[in-house]
Amino acid sequence: MKVLVPVKRVIDYNVKVRVKADGTGVDLANVKMSMNPFDEIAVEEAIRLKEKGKADEIVVVSIGVKQAQETLRTALAMGADRAILVVAADDVHQDIEPLAVAKILAKVVEEEQPGLVIAGKQAIDNDMNATGQMLSALLGWSQATFASEVDIEGDTAKVTREVDGGLQTIAVKMPAIITADLRLNEPRYASLPNIMKAKKKPLDEKTAADYGVDVTPRLTVVSTKEPEARAAGIIVGSVDELVAKLKEAGAV
Amino acid sequence: MQFGLSEEQEMIVSTVRSFVEHEIYPHEAEVERSGQVPRALGEAIKRKCIDLGFYACNFPESVGGAGLSHLDFTLVERELGRGSMALTHFFGRPQNILMACNEEQRERYLLPAVRGERMDALAMTEPDAGSDVRGMKCAARREGGDWVVNGSKHFISGAEHADFFIVFIATGEDDTPKGPKKRITTFLVDRGTPGFEVREGYTSVSHRGYRNYVLTFDDCRLPDAQVLGEVDGGFAVMNEWLYATRLTVAAFCVGRARRCFDYALNYAAERKQFGQPIGKFQGVGFQIADMITEIDAADWLTLAAAWRLDQGLPANREIASAKLYASEMLARVTDATLQIFGGMGLMDDFPIERFWRDARVERIWDGTSEIQRHIISRDLLRPLGA
Repeated sequence: MKVLVPVKRVIDYNVKVRVKADGTGVDLANVKMSMNPFDEIAVEEAIRLKEKGKADEIVVVSIGVKQAQETLRTALAMGADRAILVVAADDVHQDIEPLAVAKILAKVVEEEQPGLVIAGKQAIDNDMNATGQMLSALLGWSQATFASEVDIEGDTAKVTREVDGGLQTIAVKMPAIITADLRLNEPRYASLPNIMKAKKKPLDEKTAADYGVDVTPRLTVVSTKEPEARAAGIIVGSVDELVAKLKEAGAV
Repeated sequence: MQFGLSEEQEMIVSTVRSFVEHEIYPHEAEVERSGQVPRALGEAIKRKCIDLGFYACNFPESVGGAGLSHLDFTLVERELGRGSMALTHFFGRPQNILMACNEEQRERYLLPAVRGERMDALAMTEPDAGSDVRGMKCAARREGGDWVVNGSKHFISGAEHADFFIVFIATGEDDTPKGPKKRITTFLVDRGTPGFEVREGYTSVSHRGYRNYVLTFDDCRLPDAQVLGEVDGGFAVMNEWLYATRLTVAAFCVGRARRCFDYALNYAAERKQFGQPIGKFQGVGFQIADMITEIDAADWLTLAAAWRLDQGLPANREIASAKLYASEMLARVTDATLQIFGGMGLMDDFPIERFWRDARVERIWDGTSEIQRHIISRDLLRPLGA
């Protein structure tokens, strides 16, 4: 079975995000970029399926600016077999919206015919949480989102999902789309031999036009603001004082 | 000229940095408090590095290493420099002097060291022989076809985890116009060899947990098979292989300085006094400017020296400059960071006081700043007859 894993290049999770002066978004110039952490989990899950003999090829695909090539190389260094880069923007600040991404992915799926797509549940930049679901709708495939455990037997995937208030286990028919949640696994480090091999693995470069998908944004960003600064706290001397303060604040 | 890193190098840097942040940082406070690395923790770090193919990555592929270039390896060392040396010791960089092993010694020492089965430690310094290596008193005499060693070594790092030692020992003396000059031979000494003992050393303010030990030889008998390289060829072996340790110190200092600088920068931006971030005061802001300028300068000096080695160009002076400048830069950067933190910088709630203490030894070991200046000036003046 072939597994397709879409990966997104996003601002590194350690970077302190700064809003651009004109409020159109966050500043991405000269900022460290990395693979979206949920996508890293998706890549790891695909590699584990391959190690268990349940998958035989892992294809990673990234849609965005040319620099997303680095993100694909990282996935190849972790253990993916092949990469497809779809250049859809020149400006690092242009985000490709979920629907456009899903449409391009649907075309890639048509070409590649994978038995399974594992994606991150959302990207940490815009937190849209939409691409996997949209792709499922476009393809008419089953979907299992927020996966914390995946078990594949024949043409069925048993997926444990992290839902409000607990865990839900569902069985979906393959081919399917699974989106990875935080606790699905802990991604590995790229090994040194795999880092050295990554460059030799095939990386195809395409454009959004090759798939006939219009990536023009449909959404308008009205404004972007820094979160409110947290007010300073106080240290109370005793439980009584705490209760008194809470009452004062109308919290109890 | 090309100043960027290749995709592989970028990945090596981000992988090692991520490893240090996730596998080393969380254990640092405990190592600092207890002054030692629990054996199981050291072994776990080692196991992960072996699995990742990073263990002994400074060795060529022909002996089971990763065959990294000097530049690649310097990048690895730079990122490791961020973390506690006591813990990154288990990341595994056996002394490359082991490449001097003969066929038979390869099986006993070189290959098991590269595989992570046996750990090594290097022993040169003695109480009366620091920078003056030839002043060593630890000596071997011929007896019945063997060598019989007497004397001691101190400041031996990594000794508690070492299965064998690479030891420099005097094996005679030549009369020269400048007076008597000792001949030095390099020996491989197994832990447990009769007459050889490893003893607790001193408590150092720098790199707690990366302990130093004393080695003593009391009529310790070593056969010829334990000689690394040629008899009386100790200096040749040293000159051929030990340059690498100086470059390692330079790379360490750059990595450590960058970690320290991040604390300084963030604190300067966040700490408010007199109603504004302290970084807005020129006294602090200009210090930040000087720090990053010096760190970048040291980084480029270090990488350029490594690049020269890869090109097969003479690099002795350049390595000495890198070691000298990077270690003195680290002293200034850690001191300035501590000053920016003020009193809090001295408290062990932050790692600043540790960075500051650790930095002190970098100007001393692997050739003091004075020795580096001597190497640099001699390299320039000697061809002119001075």
